[in-house]
Amino acid sequence: MSCQRMTMTVNGDACMFEAHPMERLLDVLRETLGLTGTKEGCGEGECGACSVLLNGELVNSCLVPVAQAANSQVVTIEGIGSPGKLDPVQEAFLHCGGSQCGMCTPGMIVAAKYLLMCNPKPSREEICEGLSGNLCRCTGYMRIFEAVEVAAQREEGEAAT
Amino acid sequence: MRACPEQYDLISPGDLPSVLALLANDPGKWLPVAGGTEVMVMFSAGKLPQHNLVNLWSLPELRQIRVLEDAVVIGGGCTFAQIRAHAVIAAEFPLLAQAAAWIGGIANQNRATIAGNLANASPAADSPPALLACEAEIELISARGSRRLHYSGCHLGYKRTILAPDELIYALHLPRRFAGWRSYARKIGTRNAQAISKVCIAAQAKVTDGRIQAIRIGMGSIAPVPLQLSEVEDLLAGCSVDRLPVVESRQLLNAAITPIDDIRSTMEYRRHVAGNLLEECLRTLSEASQ
Repeated sequence: MSCQRMTMTVNGDACMFEAHPMERLLDVLRETLGLTGTKEGCGEGECGACSVLLNGELVNSCLVPVAQAANSQVVTIEGIGSPGKLDPVQEAFLHCGGSQCGMCTPGMIVAAKYLLMCNPKPSREEICEGLSGNLCRCTGYMRIFEAVEVAAQREEGEAAT
Repeated sequence: MRACPEQYDLISPGDLPSVLALLANDPGKWLPVAGGTEVMVMFSAGKLPQHNLVNLWSLPELRQIRVLEDAVVIGGGCTFAQIRAHAVIAAEFPLLAQAAAWIGGIANQNRATIAGNLANASPAADSPPALLACEAEIELISARGSRRLHYSGCHLGYKRTILAPDELIYALHLPRRFAGWRSYARKIGTRNAQAISKVCIAAQAKVTDGRIQAIRIGMGSIAPVPLQLSEVEDLLAGCSVDRLPVVESRQLLNAAITPIDDIRSTMEYRRHVAGNLLEECLRTLSEASQ
């Protein structure tokens, strides 16, 4: 099938591009739009390295045919925080040592953001469940879970001030 | 990725009648895709035989959960995240809410649909045992009309269902008659999260005056299709919870199931664990304070 012209709002910017409808959202983000922060791990929805928000919902972008993301809002790791001002979740990952090799980190941070959006004060068990679709082979997870707890406290503090 | 997207066609008709017309015009040509958590895995691996796909994602007609007086009706396109979050399902059909929570991680629950889980027809799927235990009915729709049947008759064989090539799963109907029933569910997998089951069970029982008035038990990964343990249910009906025929129940289970060796487990392990789960199920349903 031939390419189609599609539009998508990515990190707040309207994007127009051509793609085959069965191209994976992951590949369009990385290769067509140059947003290489989103990683490919397993390519089969098990590892969460390709996590993005699609219309505000956490998804594995390797399992989304781009036609299903047309005319939608997508947020990738590039849309969370900025070089001058990190998001509290990113700061907490730095502070707690929640990132080592970095391969899982973008997906982990997007999943953590989604968790805190749905549940601003998660218990440790809820954090484990919220991140259960994101695999990390370096940290052993404890520092990641601590980072989410720290981020939740900071966001709560910021909300209170 | 091993697939070439340009060799595939994915069209988005946008509403249900248009999808049904497409399926009717060329039955068998089009593979419906909703959340893609199965189809896209096959596609990426270069193993998706069908090259013509029709997009069901977010068809509004399939995305509603309706609470009626005598039933909860779950649209086929509802995601497991939607099902998990629904207050009436959580209260009256805890087995289904539990199964929804078992499925993949959060990202997959946000995409995987209940109709996809059933149409894919894996014997290891998480939702069928709960649907069997809840006496669900399945509503199928095509350009020819709709039909409704017991979900227990839906699976014909390994990865084969009663769906005709031009049909979609429109909805699941859950009868609201299980208030006060005791429930038990457990999934055995390699790890707690994201693992496909080696064996899973969902059961509920109505216990009054220390007797099992009725019991429904569904099991997965122990036969080519998800199985309702009717013989065990019949044996247990009317039994006192103090003297449940556990040994006979295990024997009937053993005769009913035909587990296999595969990448996730062995026949022997599955047979053994299925018996243990049934025993734990009966003990739990007997002891639950009511």
